[in-house]
Amino acid sequence: MIEVKHLSKYFGDRVVLNDISTVFERGKTNLVIGQSGSGKTVLLKCIVGLLEVEQGEILYDQVVFNQLPFQEQKDIRKQIGMLFQGSALFDSMTVEKNVMFPLDMFTRLTLAEKRERVNFCLKRVNLERVNRLYPAEISGGMKKRVAIARAIALNPSYLFCDEPNSGLDPQTSIVIDELIKEITEEYNITTIINTHDMGSVASIGEKIVFISNGRLEWTGTSHDIIQSGNKLLDDFIFASPFTRKVKDTFLGK
Amino acid sequence: MHTFYHFGRYFMLLHRTFRKPEKWKVFFRQLFRELENLGLNSIGIVLIISFFIGAVLAIQTAYNMENPLLPNYLIGLMVRDTMLLEFSSTIVALILAGKAGSSICSEIGTMRISEQIDAIEIMGVNSASYLILPKVVAAVLFFPLLSILSMFVGIFGGWITIIIKGLTTSAEYIAGLHYSVQFYYIGYSLIKMAVFAFVIASVPAYHGYYVNGGSLEVGKASTRSVVYSSILVLMFNLILTQLLL
Ligand SMILES: Nc1ncnc2c1ncn2[C@@H]1O[C@H](COP(=O)(O)OP(=O)(O)O)[C@@H](O)[C@H]1O
Ligand SMILES: [Mg+2]
Repeated sequence: MIEVKHLSKYFGDRVVLNDISTVFERGKTNLVIGQSGSGKTVLLKCIVGLLEVEQGEILYDQVVFNQLPFQEQKDIRKQIGMLFQGSALFDSMTVEKNVMFPLDMFTRLTLAEKRERVNFCLKRVNLERVNRLYPAEISGGMKKRVAIARAIALNPSYLFCDEPNSGLDPQTSIVIDELIKEITEEYNITTIINTHDMGSVASIGEKIVFISNGRLEWTGTSHDIIQSGNKLLDDFIFASPFTRKVKDTFLGK
Repeated sequence: MHTFYHFGRYFMLLHRTFRKPEKWKVFFRQLFRELENLGLNSIGIVLIISFFIGAVLAIQTAYNMENPLLPNYLIGLMVRDTMLLEFSSTIVALILAGKAGSSICSEIGTMRISEQIDAIEIMGVNSASYLILPKVVAAVLFFPLLSILSMFVGIFGGWITIIIKGLTTSAEYIAGLHYSVQFYYIGYSLIKMAVFAFVIASVPAYHGYYVNGGSLEVGKASTRSVVYSSILVLMFNLILTQLLL
């Protein structure tokens, strides 16, 4: 479980996150939704400690992460897996070396054992026979899967995904979403996903946090999101004329 | 104000770079990769440039010795001293600043903008030490070897030229090389080169590490880093010459 308490973040004198408090639950896919530029990525980077926060607390299973000394922060980081928006695979390494990187760094496994773990993770994300390819040689969807494989290589307790299906076609998006959800439940991980994709919201939104302009505007599940009564949220989910029409038809004005 | 800011941030980055590597095995793997990238791959350009400069030095010295009282062995002496004192360290360093410096900056800068550095940090790995330390160590170890290579090849280039053009005899050229040998010059050059190597690896690494924006900014940072490291090489050249000679 990850808890955020009264978190604020400034860039210069610009407020990018404004007093955010919420809880992300274990074994669930927690979604952070909002328009482009609303502060989703900044929130995620604050939670994992890539950005410093000016105010507030971030708790990883009751431990106040952002006030820990560096060494102890590092111990928590070893339990974090993260999926970046552009996959962030290491260009200079093959797929196999990419997934092996965390194992090289933090385990004393033999090469054969590492290979076995790599193959297990790649198989888990339904990739086979790509070990020797470089990131430039595989498709966007495959890159995301390799990135997931790398993120789960060390059996993380926490998984962060920044727009996991940006730049993917709708079908591949669904596959990636489902994969993240399965892995989350299988290993009882606390997963936080940034997205502005309504497809993901409908299919894997177990807990949803909506931010707009750096403020937390609404929290709930995919069941009650359509009838939130929140003006900003409605504008966000029913942005296109088509979805607005569907809403008007089925729910009335 | 701006200068102080960069200085401070540069030294803080160095402080993070010179930490014990997470895994020595990984460090040595990276080190060998960099020895190849920065060192072995620079041999060609150093060979070509040193050879031609040695040749030109020989021709120009011969051309300027109209006075029959000047002994012909001066050609060998001139080529030797120029190669040992300045060319093999300072000029080779300037060339390497362009070649190795820009590649270091663009490699690290690209990793920054595509979030690869964040990916390293998030795992709890010190990205500065992982990325920069092997490059600095490889440069400091290998660039002085390039200096030695440059000395030999430059002197060899001069020798070939005097023979082909018949400027003087091989024996006189070699007598010039032997004339009042100062082995200290070689040490002086190698010390200078080690310092330059540190600058050439760390300054572009700094520029790449703190790139903001997209690929356009990486290109600009790379150009800027070459300019800054070249200027620093020249400044250190002056300082070290004062100190060492
Ligand atoms: N390093 C930074 N410096 C200054 N402003 C930033 C920085 N990173 C993000 N921002 C600003 O913070 C806001 C939120 O950005 P972000 O979290 O990336 O949005 P998104 O919800 O699309 O992920 C944006 O207006 C962006 O311009
Ligand atoms: Mg974003």
